[in-house]
Amino acid sequence: MKIHEYQAKELLRRYGVTTPRGIPCFSVDEAVAASSQLGGKVWVVKAQIHAGGRGKGGGVKLARSPEELRTHASAILGMQLVTHQTGPDGQKVRRLLIEEGADIRKELYVGMVVDRTSQRVVLMASSEGGMDIEEVAAHTPEKIHKVAIDPAAGLLDAQAADVARKIGIPEASVAQAVSLLQSLYKAFEATDASLVEINPLILTGEGKVIALDAKINFDDNALFRHPDIVALRDLDEEDAAEIEASKHGLSYISLDGNIGCLVNGAGLAMATMDIIKLYGGSPANFLDVGGGATTEKVTEAFKLMLANRNLRAILVNIFGGIMKCDVIATGVVEAARQVKLTVPLVVRLEGTNVDLGKKILAESGLPIISANNMADAAQKVVAAAGGKH
Amino acid sequence: MAILINKNTRVLTQGITGKTGQFHTRACVQYANGKNCFVAGVTPGKGGQNFEGIPIYNTVADAKAATGATVSVIYVPPPYAAAAIDEAVDAGLDLVICITEGIPVRDMIHTRYKMRDKKTILVGPNCPGVITPDEIKIGIMPGHIHRRGPVGVVSRSGTLTYEAVGQLGEVGLGQSSCVGIGGDPVNGLKHIEVMKMFNEDPQTEAVIMVGEIGGTDEEACARWIKDNMKKPVVGFIAGVTAPPGKRMGHAGAIISGGQGTADEKLSVMEACGIKVTRNPSDIGKLARSVLR
Repeated sequence: MKIHEYQAKELLRRYGVTTPRGIPCFSVDEAVAASSQLGGKVWVVKAQIHAGGRGKGGGVKLARSPEELRTHASAILGMQLVTHQTGPDGQKVRRLLIEEGADIRKELYVGMVVDRTSQRVVLMASSEGGMDIEEVAAHTPEKIHKVAIDPAAGLLDAQAADVARKIGIPEASVAQAVSLLQSLYKAFEATDASLVEINPLILTGEGKVIALDAKINFDDNALFRHPDIVALRDLDEEDAAEIEASKHGLSYISLDGNIGCLVNGAGLAMATMDIIKLYGGSPANFLDVGGGATTEKVTEAFKLMLANRNLRAILVNIFGGIMKCDVIATGVVEAARQVKLTVPLVVRLEGTNVDLGKKILAESGLPIISANNMADAAQKVVAAAGGKH
Repeated sequence: MAILINKNTRVLTQGITGKTGQFHTRACVQYANGKNCFVAGVTPGKGGQNFEGIPIYNTVADAKAATGATVSVIYVPPPYAAAAIDEAVDAGLDLVICITEGIPVRDMIHTRYKMRDKKTILVGPNCPGVITPDEIKIGIMPGHIHRRGPVGVVSRSGTLTYEAVGQLGEVGLGQSSCVGIGGDPVNGLKHIEVMKMFNEDPQTEAVIMVGEIGGTDEEACARWIKDNMKKPVVGFIAGVTAPPGKRMGHAGAIISGGQGTADEKLSVMEACGIKVTRNPSDIGKLARSVLR
């Protein structure tokens, strides 16, 4: 799960991370009022969307007067902000963060992620702040410093100080940086984060170390123990079909093709998308109905796929293990009757009770195209969707 | 032979009284030598009771002491599953197979940390389990599609493994053992460790390696294979069409920071001498081709 920058900063402040003072706003008037509340002469107007790259897309502007702030806030609030992470349609800006201006002497980068190889949380830091860290990693990997954090001991003073010095924090500010890095790790651990990123971390003219930006992602599997974090979820930032799917316990991801897929198991669902592509088609979604698919779940899955205007055909690919093919076949027939099936349907069943499942499909009277294996199914569904493109 | 488990393995089931635990324990008991293999269950507070004749104990240590079980399978719900692994490790079991999906990553980081000096091997979590056909099945895979034979299977995905096993059946090949290592980012055995076991197993003549997007474990395994493997390996990676930054069902199936793409994995595997296919319908045929 993702949250907005202003929410991430509020959360990090509770763990002792220094950030600029700021106020989240939902209207232009609120934004202007926020600037007078903050005081000072320079403010930053920041679009709050979950995607990164907001500055380049025109979603972050400096204001030197309340009038200028009003102009920027009016322009940004409500705009379709397009960044390299939003896709071509962009994301509508519904919230702003108004912050006091900062005196930036140096821009640095710090981040924490779970490293799968060492099976630990790893601190990554670089002197190259404010840039795309993937670019830095690709072109100048020697500028990224990494420390694997011992789960029992936490981030040690010496480790944090070493990293701080390596990224160019001057001696007088090292103690501050150590405290900030340790606070970040405490927040990471306590909130079950999967990623924390401060880009940039800045050093001010006075030598203060401040998190100028903040991004936190959380481990979905741990949300059950963080109702306070779940409350920060912003459904406007998420795909409507994916939200609907999650209500029914379906794992669904929207893609830009035209062939809907309904599969049991995540690996087989990915492989189904892959084989559609291999035979010249294009998948409209990833959809894993899981191990315990009921008629109701299958029906909801069909509704989700059919709500997509680009849909030209559906492929159901089930390897029945624990889930029996006759149960799935009944679900498919039931679902096809309940929702108005407007596109061709190809079904491939294999595994437990496969013959019974095929019989149920054949006797349903529905125009179902039956397939014998994955390759056969993919060829048939690509043809049914109007052929290769 | 086979790897990890055989007909003489003695298993205790953690979470035997839950709905999932009951359902799958029943199926495992019915498979091959299962009746002799599944000797104990563990549910705190239900010690002294039994599940269809299998005695239940309050703790893993009690169950081990009373029955001699050396392997555990875990169906405990996600909030308590990591603690269940810890308990089995502390009791000194040889092997723990954790089926549970949805364990918080932080819990697994701490569990793996505590395991670092212990002898216990972990398979999973978020996996279908391990099967040695015609001997023993520990987990949730459909037993009837398997048959004994020369092909080892190691995979991060459940149903995709069944697909591969189903295709092996069509080309007349059985399996030595099939190991589902699971779809989570922080887990126990990885491809490389299972590959080493298959390399040493006299029954195994070829290995199918099924991977998916996310992480770099398949690449690490491929490099080991290039220098050490004595047997042919064929491979498939799911997720060539998966968009970056999106979690494809499994917690670990995500392309992040430009790492973990299927294309990258496939090209490294190919460069290391593994026969790969981009067509998931061809896995069985490919395995057949390297055994001729």
